[in-house]
Order: sequence, then structure tokens, then C-alpha cells
Amino acid sequence: MEKYDIVIVGGGPAGLAAAISARKSGIEKILILERDHELGGILNQCIHNGFGLHTFKEELTGPEYAYRFMQQVFDEKIEYKLNTMVMDISAERIVTAMNREEGMFQIEAGAIILAMGCRERPRGALNIPGYRPAGIFSAGTAQRLVNIEGYMPGREVVILGSGDIGLIMARRMTLEGAKVKVVAELMPYSGGLKRNIVQCLDDFGIPLKLSHTVVDIEGAEHLSAVTIAEVGKDGKPIKGTEERYTCDTLLLSCGLIPENELSRSAGVEMNPVTNGPVVNESLETSIPGVFACGNVLHVHDLVDFVSQEAGLAGENAAAFVKNGCKDLSDEKGIDIVATEGARYTVPTTVNVDRMNDLLTVRFRVGAVFQDSYVSVYFNDERVMHTKKKIMAPGEMEQVILKKDKLKSFDGLNKITVKIEHE
Amino acid sequence: METRELTCIGCPMGCQITVELDKGEVVSVTGNTCARGDIYARKEVTNPTRIVTSTIVIKGGDKPRVSCKTANDIPKGKIFEVMKDIDAAEVDAPVKIGDVLVKDVAGTGVDVIATRNIEKV
Amino acid sequence: MIYDCLIIGAGVTGSAVARELSRYKDFNVGVLEKGEDVCSGTSKANSAIVHAGFDAAEGSLMAKMNVEGNEMMDELCRDLDIPFKRNGSMVVCIHKEELDGLKDLYNRGVANGVKDLKILTKEECLELEPNLSDNVEGALLAPTGGIICPFLLNIAMAENANVNGVDFRFNTEVEALKRDDKGIWHIRTNNGEYLTKNIVNAAGVYADEFHNMVSDTKIHITPRRGDYCLLDHEMGDFVSHTIFPQPTKLGKGVLVSPTVHGNLIVGPTAIDIEDKDATATTADGINDLMEKAGMHVRDLPIRRKVITSFAGLRAHEDHHEFIIDWVDEAPGFFDCAGIESPGLTSSPAIGRKVGNMFKEKLGLVEKTDWISKRKGIVETKNLSIEERNELIKKNPAYGNIICRCESITEGEILDAIHRPLGARSLDGVKRRVRAGMGRCQAGFCSPKTMEILNRELGIPMEEITKSGGRSNIVLERTKGGRD
Repeated sequence: MEKYDIVIVGGGPAGLAAAISARKSGIEKILILERDHELGGILNQCIHNGFGLHTFKEELTGPEYAYRFMQQVFDEKIEYKLNTMVMDISAERIVTAMNREEGMFQIEAGAIILAMGCRERPRGALNIPGYRPAGIFSAGTAQRLVNIEGYMPGREVVILGSGDIGLIMARRMTLEGAKVKVVAELMPYSGGLKRNIVQCLDDFGIPLKLSHTVVDIEGAEHLSAVTIAEVGKDGKPIKGTEERYTCDTLLLSCGLIPENELSRSAGVEMNPVTNGPVVNESLETSIPGVFACGNVLHVHDLVDFVSQEAGLAGENAAAFVKNGCKDLSDEKGIDIVATEGARYTVPTTVNVDRMNDLLTVRFRVGAVFQDSYVSVYFNDERVMHTKKKIMAPGEMEQVILKKDKLKSFDGLNKITVKIEHE
Repeated sequence: METRELTCIGCPMGCQITVELDKGEVVSVTGNTCARGDIYARKEVTNPTRIVTSTIVIKGGDKPRVSCKTANDIPKGKIFEVMKDIDAAEVDAPVKIGDVLVKDVAGTGVDVIATRNIEKV
Repeated sequence: MIYDCLIIGAGVTGSAVARELSRYKDFNVGVLEKGEDVCSGTSKANSAIVHAGFDAAEGSLMAKMNVEGNEMMDELCRDLDIPFKRNGSMVVCIHKEELDGLKDLYNRGVANGVKDLKILTKEECLELEPNLSDNVEGALLAPTGGIICPFLLNIAMAENANVNGVDFRFNTEVEALKRDDKGIWHIRTNNGEYLTKNIVNAAGVYADEFHNMVSDTKIHITPRRGDYCLLDHEMGDFVSHTIFPQPTKLGKGVLVSPTVHGNLIVGPTAIDIEDKDATATTADGINDLMEKAGMHVRDLPIRRKVITSFAGLRAHEDHHEFIIDWVDEAPGFFDCAGIESPGLTSSPAIGRKVGNMFKEKLGLVEKTDWISKRKGIVETKNLSIEERNELIKKNPAYGNIICRCESITEGEILDAIHRPLGARSLDGVKRRVRAGMGRCQAGFCSPKTMEILNRELGIPMEEITKSGGRSNIVLERTKGGRD
């Protein structure tokens, strides 16, 4: 069986950044396994700009951002296999993969970095009643068809969900000559970034209807109309508020789900809130030597943060390999708990001895908070209290923990992140 | 006096900015948390501009379309004129990131450049 | 050309009849189907259950066909190389007063000839199925109940019929029937006129319309809609048996069952409607389903684990009985009407019965070279690494995963397209190999499957459909339709 120090599952932004940082940490035998025919992942179809402000201090499009990392992978001569699907990962870190040329093969990995990304919530999971005709797409599928394959799904569009891909596609379809009639969002707030609402909807006069959902889909063969209605506080449609829109295309942008089939079958412990693995400060999962980063770990708002996080996973995987792949899972860290407005944290534990000087703890809030505070408690003592003008579920938040602060706090056994009004 | 409410798009923060104008002149900008917000707000109320991204027909490549963007921002009011030129354009593979695909698009003085590589087949 | 027999409808009944009629020498059989594929009407949406046969009224044709069809299923599925599992059915009582009903059901089953029926105590129930509701009082266990893939049963019978010479005409909708003075039937369709000596009416919810064209003894079929939810693989072992509530006059009630492909199916509702094409689910239907499904099992997370919901139509005849017979006043016209649940289970028996009746009446002689077996599409996910590699060596397409969720390779999709009566649409591919049937519901694989259909069949991308007709996926090229 072939052996690699680090096998990275996925050659999108997370996988690429993890590979580069593992190489910079001195690891020679690295292999990226990518299921698509090119590296770069979903960024290749995200042809809009707005990527890289944090990483490169300039605004890049998705393909340009991806290429900056791909170039480094090429320069560093990091091995990768394209058109290769990882079929299984075992707790013993045996990776089983398959492609046309080599068939099914197994690799023994010193460490594994999970970087499979996420997928969109499909119609079925949304339980929208009505027919099941052609013309209903997840926003990302439409994005691929329009931007990569060069096909228009239709001319008259309704979008359900105000996730970023949906907003971006509202603009893309408009620029390509389609009429986007309305964007309906179930929640009372948008799931996407503000800038996207301004640049993708407001610029083109596309209405965004908050607290609205699709209640009927018409068309036995091809979509012919949808009906949207306002929803009440209970999430149920309010009778009498129905509005019918004729359309040939319905795009769904109703949330992203980390793609953790491989992680689950390997036995990695999962966080039910993020649908991603539970990880410690090193981004190591419950299986020693298996790390996770990017959207497979939790859905990010900006790719820059994916790259940052993946860089850390790459470093830590490298350290694990250099340390002789020792199982340190019994050295359990301090719990980091999200509560009162904070939905989750990544990571969920921190081992003070093993953490870097600074540890970024990322989280999302469960509702829109204005003029509120992000607070961090060490045991029962509030140690951080930062005012934020606005926090929304569509955007990721973070706090940075300092090693010396954790070390000097006597009897620290629990760190809590919460949102407070004062 | 006129006031305009804007959402800053300079970064994901999306600050709510209030601009006060007097006869088209900016009197004050408030609500921004950084200097970029001030710049954005002044520009947005006097001369709004956008980067346009799209795709262009490419012949002889391993893909039928190449993604592209305006090298700089163009006047917001010219977005659809720019798109007209982009839609009409056609280039031959290979193309590298940064190659100029359309010169001086819609008379804006701005070029449209490739944002990905397309190999020749 | 004059056919000896034309079958209207390539659903599970029509295909079963086609297969049986293909046994006979010098007997020219065709199937007219208005859809673009087999299994595109009444047959495509049901519970995927092989019923044991305790439900149907004692002495009815329905009961007879059900029990016979059930008995035929093992051998048939072996011959056709499709998955079938006798997982056993349980009719569960959650009220003490229902226990008498259970006894009635038991007696009816015994009278119908259902084998090995047993009434279970509460403890026995919970031991067999720990996820049953705590309120369970007892259950009727029918070990002969089973689960099957309804698409594959339909497709495999049609494929096998086609290999044995049956001609399938898709996108061909029958508009009118007329018998001339020489006794030849003229069938007018949107694709021209077809001539035949005999007609088998296997038109599902439309069977009454064709029957009523040729007979003064009118029949009436009500489309009875059933809404279903299909749950993720994660829920596939929530129960191992098919769990039924006590039947009511509207049907067998909302069941919870594993499927042969490892999902969990919940359904159906029973809502009588007018429109024979109205396969739209409704919010009320789905809500009703969720409420009812939760009564017999504990903590079923439908809302969190559903991957798709859909609705099917049962062809409910007013007397709730199968009509399988020659129509006296229309010589050569044969009805297979009112085939509702347990129609899927009964289909092999119906096919056999029709075949025998034709044989007897027309004096047909069996072919010596009739092919009884079909080789199914290889399911690569069940193969060992060595077996896979052998396959990939022969055809590298088996090393290329197209559908991530169900782990379906390009090789399997190519087989689905190129075998007899191959797939021509996304749904055609999906029903044959499950590409797009998984939790992402074709989000990732549909563009790839479209490319394969485009490449292999030369169908322009703009003309590739979800399921024929006007169900094209993309409208045109961007940039004013330029290539």
C-alpha cells in the first residue's frame, strides 16, 4: 500500500491552503485527492468578485483567488490526483479512492485533512408542496450551468432563499438577460452578506421579501409558476398573503450542509449544530490524525477565513506527523461552550499546552443582534466584552483567545462564548 | 438638505451609512466604521461604480466560456452597455488570467480581462 | 402492419403483460406509452411494497392476484436480477379496541392463503421493532411481506419483453379506438394510426376512459392521491419490517418501511381527486402524513431527514376490485383496469393470468427460445475492490463516480442508456441506476448526467429533459444562444 504523510480530501480552497501550509511546515509527501477535473473547487464557478480582501488585500474573482493557491501548489510540486473520488476513510487512516486510470486503490496516511466542502440543501429537504417539474435548481447548480457550461436555465426567475449564492445568481441571471422577479426569504433576515443584497438585488431593483416562502409549484412537465406567501412567527404561511409569479425557473438558496459522509462512516464525532466534525484547537477530529477545515467543518461566509483555517489545519497535521503520529486524544482540553445567542463554536475544546499563542474561535449567532456584546467567560468570570453594532446569522463572528491568558487563569475548566445586550 | 441611507459594501461588515448632501455636495458621512466607508459613501452618492463580472464565448478551448471582469470599476449606469459588448465578444483559446479580452469596453476606457486560464485543445 | 396485440401503457401491469405475451410464437406484441419511458405514470410512485395479501377481501380477484404475485416474486426477481427482500410486514395496533380488528385481518389473511401469519404481543412487537411506539398493543406479523424497487421491477419486465420481441412506442398517446368490420382495431395516436387484432388496456388511472370508449358497461376510476416522504439513508434501519397501521376503507394507511436501497419511506396519504395528472403534493397532505406516521413509531425525524417528497395516484375503481377480463361487447379488447394497490405485488400474477387467457382463447404456442432471464445493471457499490478493479480494467467508466450521494459510476449510467429500452432522460437514468436519487437530489450530478446523455445519444443539451415532453432542463446557450 502506498504511504503519504498527509492525504488531503478535496482540492478546493480549504484543501489547497492546507496542502501549502503543510508543505511550508516541512512535510514532503502530501497528496491532494480531488473529485473534479480541476483544482479550485466551487471557486471555479464563483466568477463574481469579492474574494481575497483579507488574504491578498485586493478584490479577486473566485477563479483568480483559487489560482493564487493553485499556483503555489504547482510551485511547491505538491502531488494531486484529479477526477479521483475518495470512497472511504478508515479510523486507521487508510484512504480508499478511485479513478478511471488507477481503479480503486488504498493509501496509508500519516494524517488526513478533511476538506470536502459543503452542498446545498435540496428542494426535497425543504418540503415545498406542489409539482416536481423541470426548472427547479439549487442556486449552485444553476451557477455551474450558466458560468461553466454556458447554458441558461430559463428567462423568468424566482429565487427562494437569500443565501449568498442565490443573491449572486440573481445578478448573474439578470446580466445574462433573465428577469428575476423576486427573492423570497423564509427568515425575517437575509442569510447572505449585506454587500450582496446591495449589489445583486438593489442595483437591479429586485425585491427581497423577508418572511416569505414558496407555498405552491405549478407545472407538470416544466415549471410555469410559483406562489409565495408571507409566513407568520410560527413559520407557517399566512392565508390571504399568497402572490403568484409566472416563471420558468426557481432557484433555491436555502442553506449549505457540510458534506460529511466520509467523516461519518469513518466514525468521526459530529456536531449536530454545524453538521461538521467536533474538533479541538488543532482542528483535529475525534479520530487522532484526522483534521478538518473549511466548509466541511462549518459553513463559512468568506473564503478568506476558509484559507486561514485550512492553513492552521495543515500546520497541525504536519506537527502530528512530525511528532510520530502519536494519539494524544486522552489529553482532553478545556470545553468551549456556545450559549445565549451564539449557536456553536469551532473549535469546541482547547488544550492550553498545545494551542498557538493565539487561537481564533469562530462562531455564528442565531438571530440578528444590534448594539450587543460578544462576551467570553473563563469559568464564571467575564474576560472579554466587545461591542458589535450588528451581528447576523449570515456572517461569521470570531473571538481570539490568548494562550498566556488561559495559562494564567487558575482552575480554568470552561470557556463560554455568549451574546449579551449589555 | 438631503440625506441618503446606504449600506456600505466595502467589506462584509455592511455598515449602515448616512450621507448628508447639500445641492449635490456631501456635507457629512456618518455610521461608517472605517475610512473605506467614507470613501465608498461619497462615491456612491456622486459617482457610483461597479466591477462587472461575466463570461465570454471562447473558441478552441477546453471550456465553452471564459470568465472575465472589468479590470477596474465602471459607472454603475453603464453595466448593461458593458454586458452588451461582453455578450458580443468572442476570443480564441488559449487564454491566461489577466489577458485583455475586450479593450475599452462600452467606451468606458476600462478593459475586460480574463479571470481564469483556458487551455487550447 | 397489423399487431396481434397492442398494450396501452408501459407501467408495471402493461410491462408484466407484455413479458408474458412475449412467450408466444408468431404473436406480434407492441406497447403504446404516452410517456417517454416505461414506468412514467401510475407505477412510478407507490410504497415499493410486496404485500403479503391479508388486506384484500376474501375471495376477490385482488386477493388472489396479490397472494399469487407475492409467491412469484422470488423467482421473478432472481430471473430479472433485481433487488427484492422479504423483510416482513407488521400491522400495528396502538389501541386495545383495535385488537379484534387484528384478529379479523388474521382470519382474512388465512382465508386468502397468506402463509405464516402470526399475532404478536406488545413485548414481541417491541423486541422485533424497538422503535415502535410505546403505545403498541399488538401486531399482525406477515413474514411473506416484502420490499422491492418498483422502477426496476417495471423496467426489468419491459426490458425482458423487448428482448423477446415486444415493440415499445414511447411518446405515443392513444386518442381514439375503433374496430373495423374485419375485426381489426384502429388505434389513433398523436404518432399516427396503429392496427391490431387485440388490445390490452393497462392505462392506469386512464383505464376507464379507454374501457368506456368501447363498452356501454361503464366503469369509473378515481385518482386517489398518495403523498410520500423519502428519508435519508441514515434512517434506513429505523425499522426493519414494513410497519402498517390498521387498514381503513380508504386503504392500508400510512406505512413506515425500509426500502431495498436503504432509505426509509413514509406514506401514503389517501386523497381522492379529479385530475388524473395531479401529482402535486400539498402542504396539508404532507402535514397529515407526518402526523400519522408518528403515531406508530417513536420520534421519527421526518422533517430533518426527508430528502424528497412526492405524490402518486392510485387507480381506484369504484368497486375496489381488479378488472382483468375480455370485454364481451368489444371482441379483442381486454381490460386490466382498477389496478391499484396491491397492483405492484400483483403485476406478475396479472401478467400470467392475461397470458394464459390469451393462450387459451387464441390457441397460442410457446416459443422454444424465449429468454426468461435478464442481467441487471451492475451495482458497483456492492462490489469488492478486486471486483471493481476488474470491471474498471475492462471499462474505465466504472472508475468514474458521477452521483456522489448514491455512489453511481459513469459505467452504470452508460449501461442504463445503452441497454434495451435505455434511459433517455435524467429521470430515466435515475430510475435505472439511482443517480440523482440521493440526498443532494441531483444537484451535483445532473449537469454531468446531461453531458453523458448529450455525448452518448447525440441529444442537444437544450433538448435533454427531466422526464420527456417539455421538461427540458436548460433553455439555451448563454450569449444569445451561441456555442
